[in-house]
Amino acid sequence: MRIPCPYCGLRGHDEFAYHGDAAPLRPDPAAPNALAAFHDYLHLRDNPAGTLRELWYHGAGCQAWLIVERDTLTHAISRVEAAQRPGGDA
Amino acid sequence: MRYSLLRILREAARGNRGWQPAWRDAEPRAAYDIVIVGGGGHGLATAYYLAKVHGLRRIAVLERDWIGSGNVGRNTTIIRSNYLLDGNIPFYEWSLKLWEGLEQELNYNAMVSQRGTLNLFHSDSQRDAFVRRGNAMRLHGVDAELLTIEQLRRRAPFLNFDDARFQIKGGLLQPRGGTVRHDAVAWGYARAASALGVDIIQNCEVTGINIAGDTVTGVETSRGTISAPRVGLACAGNSSRVAALAGLKLPIETHVLQAFVSEAVKPMIPGVITFGAGHFYISQSDKGGLVFGGSLDGYNSYAQRGNLPAVEDVCEGGMALMPFLGRVRLLRSWGGQMDMSMDGSPIIDRTPLDGLYLNAGWCYGGFKATPASGWCFAHLLAFDEPHPVASAYRLDRFATGHPLDEKGQGPHPNRQ
Repeated sequence: MRIPCPYCGLRGHDEFAYHGDAAPLRPDPAAPNALAAFHDYLHLRDNPAGTLRELWYHGAGCQAWLIVERDTLTHAISRVEAAQRPGGDA
Repeated sequence: MRYSLLRILREAARGNRGWQPAWRDAEPRAAYDIVIVGGGGHGLATAYYLAKVHGLRRIAVLERDWIGSGNVGRNTTIIRSNYLLDGNIPFYEWSLKLWEGLEQELNYNAMVSQRGTLNLFHSDSQRDAFVRRGNAMRLHGVDAELLTIEQLRRRAPFLNFDDARFQIKGGLLQPRGGTVRHDAVAWGYARAASALGVDIIQNCEVTGINIAGDTVTGVETSRGTISAPRVGLACAGNSSRVAALAGLKLPIETHVLQAFVSEAVKPMIPGVITFGAGHFYISQSDKGGLVFGGSLDGYNSYAQRGNLPAVEDVCEGGMALMPFLGRVRLLRSWGGQMDMSMDGSPIIDRTPLDGLYLNAGWCYGGFKATPASGWCFAHLLAFDEPHPVASAYRLDRFATGHPLDEKGQGPHPNRQ
């Protein structure tokens, strides 16, 4: 499996560190439901068989965090983009 | 039909015309008392113990493909109970005890071979960790022996003892560990369960879980509706997908683990040997093939196949430990899809829905657990309460702060 890094081109996946599903976002620790929200964030996953948006870190390359859209049934990658902080910069 | 030496001789004399199929390939009925989803080792074992230990009838095992087509036929066949945590050791030890009597219990040759499981260590701190593990095992009455380098040289003289980087400092041996012919486990349980009246229904995919209020009433399948007041999910690898049919979100990710077998060679590997400086484990099948594996590929996958970096990593581990492996040709490699839980330990528990029970999260350690998993899941389904040796495997343990993390890795399934 090779990942088309937007900065480095097509690179073997072993250059990247995997950080899983990109959907869970760190909840607000001051929120009244913080305990339940952190449990969901840390432990529960949709774990789809099909398209998954996931975080990969190009540690042995440009050191960018990427969001890779990949099919977990075939490993085919349909889209790669630089990860953005919610409402902020890359 | 009971298998025996006399039966073999009788059939030999009659041209082997009297053998019958080992189990009934049943048609689905409209209703059962208990439906087990998943015809792998765990599901079949559960059905067997429900019928045998609890005397229940009207049980169905639903399998999407053919029985044994999933992880029960994809693992590296190792059995052991060399765990560290109090929540794990009694469960895996009960499993090993069931393995020890399995063939007599099922009247089926599963080639249970207790040739020992040896974990090597390569540094002083690793020795401390294995001494601790061995002591934890012995406190639970499990066999564990710390081996010196001299003892290791007698047991496995071919190891790369004096490697400059990964010098072997000793090993922890569980003499009762070993290997089992994995397909025969599925077939043996299927045959024994079928003989007790369990319906094993193949090519029957569960497409929906029927719920009334908070109570499960049955399942929709590719072969029609089946109603049942109790439904047990035993489909590790696909647990998230099946649980999602009931609206549940699990603390599980599905990852690929690869395994490998070489051409057949003369007997050379005594029992199971694991490398402590990398992730590599090896044993030799009775047919002669060297069966080995290592870590997960490290990314979510339902593909049942992996990529080359994991192959390279496993082979490097093998070469560091036993350099003669470089002369052996690899015959086959394959992948299985693992239910990776958030602490590396399994789940055998009720769910928020009445009548729906979960057996999941086996990570890459499910095979050795097959008998105890079936035993404890059957207990849960029969009595609606956890079996004492599986009482730590709660679904809510992550929310309540009671994870069972042998490796101390935290909620990162790809690194467990």
